[in-house]
Amino acid sequence: MIRTPALDLFPVLPELILAGAGILALLYQALAPRPKVEGHLALALAGLAAAAGASIALWDRTGDPTVLAGAIQADKFAVVARLVILAVAAVGLLYGAHYYDRSGDEARGEFYPLVLFATMGMTLITAAADLIVTFLALEILSLSLYVLTGLSRRGQATEASMKYFLLGAFSSAFFLYGVAMAYGATGTTRIPAVAHALAGQTGSQALALTAFGFLAIGFGFKVSAVPFHMWTPDVYQGAPTPVTAFMAAATKVAAFGALIRVLDVSFHPLAWSWEPVIWVVAALSVIVGSVLAIAQSDVKRMLAYSSVAHAGFILTGLTSSNQDGIRAALFYLIAYAVMTLGSFGVVMLVSARGEEQTSLASYAGLGRRQPLLAGLMALFLLSLAGIPPTAGFIAKVGVFGAAIRAGHWPLVLIGVLSSVVAAFFYLRVIVLMYMQEPAGEQLEDRAVLPRAALAIPAALTLVLGVFPQIVLGVLDKASVLRW
Amino acid sequence: MSWITVTTFLPLVGVPVLLLGVRMRDDVARAIGLVVTLAVFIVSLGMLGRFDGSQAGFQLVEQATWVRSLGMQYLVGLDGVGLWMVLLTTFLFPLSVLASWKLEHNVRLFIAAMLVLETGVIGSFVALDLLLFFLFFEAILFPMYLIIGGWGGDRRVYAAVKFFLFTMAGSALLLVAILFLYFRSGSGGLTPTFDVRDLTAVAHALPATTARWLFLAFFVAFAVKVPIFPLHTWLPDAHTEAPTAGSVLLAGVLLKVGAFGLIRFNLALFPEASKYFATFVSVLAVIGIVYGAVVALIQTDLKRLVAYSSVSHLGFVVLGVFAFTTQGFTGGVLQMVNHGLSTGALFLLVGMVYERTHTRRLDEMGGLASVTPWLAGAFLFTAFASAGLPGLNNFVGEFLVVLGSFAANRWFGSIAAVAVVLAAIYLLWSYQRMAYGEVREEHRGLPDLSLREVAILAPILSLLLVFGVYPKLVTDRVELTTDTVLTAVSPDHPVESGPDPGTVAAGVAP
Repeated sequence: MIRTPALDLFPVLPELILAGAGILALLYQALAPRPKVEGHLALALAGLAAAAGASIALWDRTGDPTVLAGAIQADKFAVVARLVILAVAAVGLLYGAHYYDRSGDEARGEFYPLVLFATMGMTLITAAADLIVTFLALEILSLSLYVLTGLSRRGQATEASMKYFLLGAFSSAFFLYGVAMAYGATGTTRIPAVAHALAGQTGSQALALTAFGFLAIGFGFKVSAVPFHMWTPDVYQGAPTPVTAFMAAATKVAAFGALIRVLDVSFHPLAWSWEPVIWVVAALSVIVGSVLAIAQSDVKRMLAYSSVAHAGFILTGLTSSNQDGIRAALFYLIAYAVMTLGSFGVVMLVSARGEEQTSLASYAGLGRRQPLLAGLMALFLLSLAGIPPTAGFIAKVGVFGAAIRAGHWPLVLIGVLSSVVAAFFYLRVIVLMYMQEPAGEQLEDRAVLPRAALAIPAALTLVLGVFPQIVLGVLDKASVLRW
Repeated sequence: MSWITVTTFLPLVGVPVLLLGVRMRDDVARAIGLVVTLAVFIVSLGMLGRFDGSQAGFQLVEQATWVRSLGMQYLVGLDGVGLWMVLLTTFLFPLSVLASWKLEHNVRLFIAAMLVLETGVIGSFVALDLLLFFLFFEAILFPMYLIIGGWGGDRRVYAAVKFFLFTMAGSALLLVAILFLYFRSGSGGLTPTFDVRDLTAVAHALPATTARWLFLAFFVAFAVKVPIFPLHTWLPDAHTEAPTAGSVLLAGVLLKVGAFGLIRFNLALFPEASKYFATFVSVLAVIGIVYGAVVALIQTDLKRLVAYSSVSHLGFVVLGVFAFTTQGFTGGVLQMVNHGLSTGALFLLVGMVYERTHTRRLDEMGGLASVTPWLAGAFLFTAFASAGLPGLNNFVGEFLVVLGSFAANRWFGSIAAVAVVLAAIYLLWSYQRMAYGEVREEHRGLPDLSLREVAILAPILSLLLVFGVYPKLVTDRVELTTDTVLTAVSPDHPVESGPDPGTVAAGVAP
């Protein structure tokens, strides 16, 4: 007799809501006589809010953490990761609504469903308890992002989209191959079961380690860690800025969420083998990201390289395969999401219609021309550089602390020295904004709504920097992976 | 009343008002700055009243859990050295605001940066939690960077970035060392802590090699700030390019954070390593003393001259502290206060001269004694103080340092003594080139000191005299701190082998 598993869909309710909202958004675009930006925005935000509500309801869930025939992990970690991703998506939507409105492009109704589908893939991947589900979610989010990247009339965006797609497809193949090998090594693709199988093995673990290597390549690509970061600057620069903001912040949270499960659950028994690998990738990422960012003359490219460096900092925290590391990485991800959304929001407003002003030179004299924007940008950049009292500082202390506790102080040394290098290029923007004269006439975007939206990341940057315990207290519970 | 908390965060009260008041008149912004900094000064005087000099250890301690998950506490307190550093800070800030009265553009932002800076500096002096200290220490960077880069001279951007990167590179290692200590304190099942008082025991129990590495990590961070030769190269640029208030605060207060850090952390946490590296540090200090003085001799830019004299004077502080004798140490601490006052005053005066002549080049001045006699007189007085003329403040400190270091190492003491003479030469020579000789055509009819300038100079110049005649005011409250630190470093330090500061001053005061 075939036993069907009890069908408890509650743990995937957020994803179901997001998928439903995405389909509704598609229908609205197709069937409404004149689809409006407001309509799209209201629908999408309502979907995100409902999904957030459903996620919060999962916080106190007790009982078996692995549900739906071992496909989904219903733990607090997933709840926190979901909420962060949903919040990022909401801000991304607000940016996008303004951006497409401003660019005079036709309404771009496909933006909203695509963001919703991408968000669904992202939340799903952080809750996946089976490598097959992880792969599925990875594809959902990637495919949506490939299209989103090209969602502009500029040729640069099309090129970025193509590049992202080709390299992304390649990395997906690696990932899938890794899943297959993990199955070969352990006879299962369930994340907790892999761990049990590995813990019980005594013979050669070459196959399992190869599996880990291939999975790591797949994740390395998504989190843009060196040496899999090549696509990042081109895609970040080419994509429409709101998409970049959304992609940069949310993808990182999603991919790291899944990576943490694979590292600290599946391959936890092999921690002694993967820690050095993560160590090296982390060191390379912070060094390469920080050094190459110096040479950039375009602000979006600069932020792209800085995101490579930040991936390295998060990996630094993950070299300690325990709760400390997970908590530090989660806090860093939240801080990173906040700062990234904020800085790309400013970039969007400065770049003006058609995005011709993303060169660093267009920031000259911004402090004089637009004091508010310049002030906000300075705040976000200082936070990215890790200067107190901002979120970035506490985040860095967290990951460095976790790594030192695990005995990786040389890596921390590399990290802090790279932050000094990084401070140089963040400062350069501040110098331009405050200490140089504006060069010529500039188009200015004086819209009020996106400025109001920027208040959220700005406030969070400070609150997380001064009262981080508010979030850390939650993360204390969320960083326990139950399996 | 939470004296320390109020003093530390009171400056921030003005910041939101300044940042949000987009259409605020410049006068209002200046007034806010002055009122707030004066209020902070008054509160800090209350703190002086509450401080008990006859009690060892930290006083007025306040403690609260801050970030439980990271083991971070809000923990502040004062010892004698910290007390005087805070007072020096709160005293110099209102003067600096007054000195920037003529500043024209973006006054709002300037005052806001000053206020944030004040909180950062005071916080560094009072923090007893290592991570909290680091936080304040780093928070100093950005406002100072803005002040130099936003309102400085022609090469301000270069100077500001150099300042920022030097200091940040120095403190990078500090963070690693702090985190290392934190986790070390948690070994053996204890709750890890950043509390300096608890960490002292932890650090003392470290193996010698580890302690020496940690000492170096702390040392580099503070040596950049002091600055100790050869990490001083940012200082002449930053000092010269900064606006007057920036230079005053850099010299008066920010450099002290470095020297203070050496005393509070390096000596207290790693006494064995401090002894081990004492000769090395002293040699660097002596090189700094002589180098600073010699380079000051050949400067043609008045502001740069004062900047290099700072390098020299701060060398005295480090030399005195690392002599590990009571006189040397007391002299070093005294010199920290004195240098803040006299060099602060010199920068104020250089600023006033510049506002009139629009040049800092000595060969473009001359004859100012006949045009602006009061200004020139004030400069001469301060130059005397700075050169260590008996009866004025620097004399006591430098004398004790030379005495103390002579007891520890004859050579260091002798070379330092020679540098005192060099100081007299470059200061008096610069005065000569500035004040005597032909009056330049364009300088005729320059106004003498205004009422505002008198209000700036009067308090600081009187303190030069007061601390010169009665240094016990400072040393009385520092004595026990000195003993605590020195006993940890060298239990057998010579205690009563020389005159105490009171007699030094009394013996020569008129």
